[in-house]
Amino acid sequence: MFIETKNLTKKFGGLAAVNKVDFHIEKGKINAIIGPNGAGKSTFFNLISGFHRPSSGTVLFKGTDITKLPANKIAGLGISRTFQTTSLFEQSTVLDNVIVGHRLRTKSNLFDAILRTKRLKREEKACRDKAMEVIEIVGLTHASDKMVASISQEEKKRTAIALALATDPEIIFLDEPAAGINSDETQGLINLIKQLNQRGLTICLIEHKMSMIMNLADHIMVLNYGEKIAEGTPKEISSNDDVIKAYLGGSASA
Amino acid sequence: MKIMNKRTGLIALFVLAILFPLIFQNDYYTHMLTLSFIWAIAVYGINLLAGYTGYLSLAHAGFFAIGAYSLGLLTVKAEMNFWPALVLACLITSVVGLLIGVIALRTKEHFFAIYTLCVGYIIYLVIDKWDGLTGGVRGLIGINAPSNIGPITFETAESQYYLVLTFLVVVIFVIYRIVHSLTGRTFLAIRNSEELAQTIGISTMKNKLTAFVLSTFFAGLAGALYASFVRFIGPDIGSTAIMFDLLMYLLVGGIGTLSGPLVGTLMLVILSQNLQFLQEYRMLIFGPILTLIIIFYPRGISGSFFDWKRKRRNQTGNVLKPIKVEEG
Repeated sequence: MFIETKNLTKKFGGLAAVNKVDFHIEKGKINAIIGPNGAGKSTFFNLISGFHRPSSGTVLFKGTDITKLPANKIAGLGISRTFQTTSLFEQSTVLDNVIVGHRLRTKSNLFDAILRTKRLKREEKACRDKAMEVIEIVGLTHASDKMVASISQEEKKRTAIALALATDPEIIFLDEPAAGINSDETQGLINLIKQLNQRGLTICLIEHKMSMIMNLADHIMVLNYGEKIAEGTPKEISSNDDVIKAYLGGSASA
Repeated sequence: MKIMNKRTGLIALFVLAILFPLIFQNDYYTHMLTLSFIWAIAVYGINLLAGYTGYLSLAHAGFFAIGAYSLGLLTVKAEMNFWPALVLACLITSVVGLLIGVIALRTKEHFFAIYTLCVGYIIYLVIDKWDGLTGGVRGLIGINAPSNIGPITFETAESQYYLVLTFLVVVIFVIYRIVHSLTGRTFLAIRNSEELAQTIGISTMKNKLTAFVLSTFFAGLAGALYASFVRFIGPDIGSTAIMFDLLMYLLVGGIGTLSGPLVGTLMLVILSQNLQFLQEYRMLIFGPILTLIIIFYPRGISGSFFDWKRKRRNQTGNVLKPIKVEEG
């Protein structure tokens, strides 16, 4: 088991945003979490990536407990993520945005910076090379010198993915990668996600666009009101009564 | 071509700075410029934290005062030599900075600004009320000028000017190196989005603390130089009025740019000296200028200048060289 959550719960006041969720992610697969608005999907991501401390339950990564680790340590283990709204540095180029993504694999400190040591020069080159490599993977080589403010929404999504890739992750969590982009561009992103998966990267994504998920995911979990209501292959999910009810409303006679 | 222009411009500026006292032979101007350089060092410290890391500290006049009083007390009361006292003053300020930073950096944004404003005021109060140590409102007098380095003495206005100029150049150089390194990129990532910085594995607390301590170090250095230059210090140097002067220099010059602190400090110090005859009514001129700059040029004079140059370069269709971190 690659990533496993046991009994994972997060309460905000009296409200359980995530309630006793058992979930597992297998290595090398494309996993997806779906559910109506406010179902607790993003909270679930935040629990795994260390942004929220769970109220109870555990998160295991390759068998070790990472429940209490801070977000930056979790990133160091090889767990990376993107956000729903991309928070890139708009007044800077795509390349400059991505370079800092490899910082966690470097060691140079303040004294290296002031003295401009060999180590700093070597690591700066490593960061730049890494950035160029991941920019090529996401297909933005042509735009690497453009200001982030001047590129399209879809290119910003790709930049955010490149930034996550620059950390050398083993698994990447994508929070609604296709939100706010049109269907042609969505197809491009689907191809990119498949391509990343073929390179051996494990993927877990949250998405609203059902057609996208059904084409893409190997394994799906459905959340509703913070609880897991179904889990399985796309086929199993699309014929599950509870899921149809959750999406169409309780009174639907499906 | 571009690089050549920039480099020759910098060299010309440096030569001008060196020749200034020789050309003008006017102690008043030399004195004023030396003072602005000292303020500029403190503003560079604030800029590293507020401009590059995104944490606006309002405690730095307090750290400036800690640096000044440390040097004053060490040389006057402990009768220490200037140079070890200077090093110690910077260290003392940094240690106090570290202790305050650990707590202050648990807050963010407005809360950080308000918290540090309080810290700055408390430092001022401690200096003002601790009569036995600091001399209270009477201040500290009889601080010596920097002691000789071998045959070089620092008794004249010119020699002090060159001493302060040297420190300023070293400070700008060190900050240039930091900003254009992986450490600088890390600071910028934190300024941009702390959440995103954490997801890419950056320990935000460690880096923020580094930036905070560094900025207090520069404020302390400026304070120590001020004490030995003016030779008299009172609690007022740690007051909020000074803090907002420093902040004004930074905002007018350009927050988050390398040249901003120097440009802003020089301009406003010279302007305020020339408006001396207006006395308190000077603020009637400063107020509107500051408001207009914040509204129309939020990146200050330097920031807006470089934005404008970049835009023009893009329009003329020249191939844009990737801009490293930020120009200015």
